[in-house]
Amino acid sequence: MIELSNVHKSFGSKQILRGVDLNVARGESLVIIGGSGTGKSVTLKCVLGLIMPDQGVIKVDGEDVTQTGDRDAFLAKFGMLFQGGALFDSIPVWQNVAFRLLRGTLKRPRSEAREIAIEKLRRVGLSPDVADQLPAELSGGMQKRVGLARAIAADPEIIFFDEPTTGLDPIMAGVINDLIREIVVEMGATAMTITHDMTSVRAISDTVAMLHGGKIRWSGPVTEMDSGEDPYLQQFITGSADGPIETLR
Amino acid sequence: MNPGVITRPLAVLGRASLGALAGLGRLVIFALATVRHMVTPPFYSREFMSALLNVGYLSLPVVGLTAFFTGGALALQIYSGGARFSAEAVVPQIVAIGMVRELGPVLVGLMIAARVTASVAAEIATMKVTEQIDALVTLSTHPMKYLTVPRVLAGLLTVPLLVGIGDIIGIYGGWLVSTQSLGFNPASYMQNTVNFLQPIDVLSSLAKGAVFGFIATLMGCYYGMQSGRGAQGVGAATKSSVVAAAILILAANFLLTQAFFSI
Repeated sequence: MIELSNVHKSFGSKQILRGVDLNVARGESLVIIGGSGTGKSVTLKCVLGLIMPDQGVIKVDGEDVTQTGDRDAFLAKFGMLFQGGALFDSIPVWQNVAFRLLRGTLKRPRSEAREIAIEKLRRVGLSPDVADQLPAELSGGMQKRVGLARAIAADPEIIFFDEPTTGLDPIMAGVINDLIREIVVEMGATAMTITHDMTSVRAISDTVAMLHGGKIRWSGPVTEMDSGEDPYLQQFITGSADGPIETLR
Repeated sequence: MNPGVITRPLAVLGRASLGALAGLGRLVIFALATVRHMVTPPFYSREFMSALLNVGYLSLPVVGLTAFFTGGALALQIYSGGARFSAEAVVPQIVAIGMVRELGPVLVGLMIAARVTASVAAEIATMKVTEQIDALVTLSTHPMKYLTVPRVLAGLLTVPLLVGIGDIIGIYGGWLVSTQSLGFNPASYMQNTVNFLQPIDVLSSLAKGAVFGFIATLMGCYYGMQSGRGAQGVGAATKSSVVAAAILILAANFLLTQAFFSI
């Protein structure tokens, strides 16, 4: 469903992606792991068309993302949970969740959009009481849940999760991991997650790809990850300071 | 002699010039894109109403107070200056022309630059830093249509009204000072003011307001969208937006004054 071939991206003289090749099948949950600054977020943003790759081809459902005719329809396939939530501060929680349903091609009547928002909030474990609060009034964990509710509000085919557990305590991280897994299975959505939290990887993924040096260093089913012989992968999953990955970056 | 001694300063000058021209080009492209998005759907009416409130209505107190004190001070200055050649009687006329043609629009423009440009730039820059702009795009919403167009349109429409109100309050400030402490007759002061002002004075004032409103809100949006990372990026964007808006407003004021009143 999502294909990346030989994707390159540089910012000024800094080369971030140096030929990324990746395939994600429909309904698959892929987790991209890798150290900070290895280009995980850039990869996701290239698929969404937020950043244009310098070279290479990215296809979603066989359609080149740089040549989508109807951008609105293309983006309607996606839901995204941002690292910091990226909730809109100036509008209440329910309008954040129902943002896509209040405007554009998926516009619904306001009362219906609110009902859907409350249902999605309930799905991520939040009570309807939070619907009228502003995002700044919520804790970090609740903001992540609202972000998750917004990502699934329009029942997207593809969901991206950018560091879904960063900044959360271990229990809340576990709750978010379980929610992501349940929701992805329940919706039958294709999921791409980027993280360096190995607990998330084991909880969320069907397949794992490790990004290092601007390329996919290793990829395979999560069940084969621990037995993978790649020294970079082993150093990453064991969190060892000794190994081929430079610790000073 | 080392040829670098001559070429190095030229290279520095060249780089600075190219950088400035590139910046100007980006700003012009941004302004043209804003105008294009203003006339093509979709339009976000709720955001526009909210911008009308923030840019227009909530700026009334600062505009009113600025105009009132300026009008009063202007009356005192003209009276004491005019006394040097026995021309104290021209206070109503000079206050009127000074407020309507120059001080009203310029001071309102600068106050809007301080209040609105800064807040728009800080808000949009923070949205950029916290990935809210990226989130807008993933939610099929064009950031220029959702953030820039409502604010710039609100600036274009409400700042002329603010200038009109500022002109009236400024004249009132001058009237109050003149009648309470300078011994002018209230009715004849007002009569002189109304008789002296011509339609072109008011028209130029409102036209300046529209241009200054466009500049002030556009600069806030432009620098907000161009913001760098982190708190430093937001601070730099806010500072640059206010400086650019103030300078452009003063430059535009000169050009508009020349266009309206050059003989």
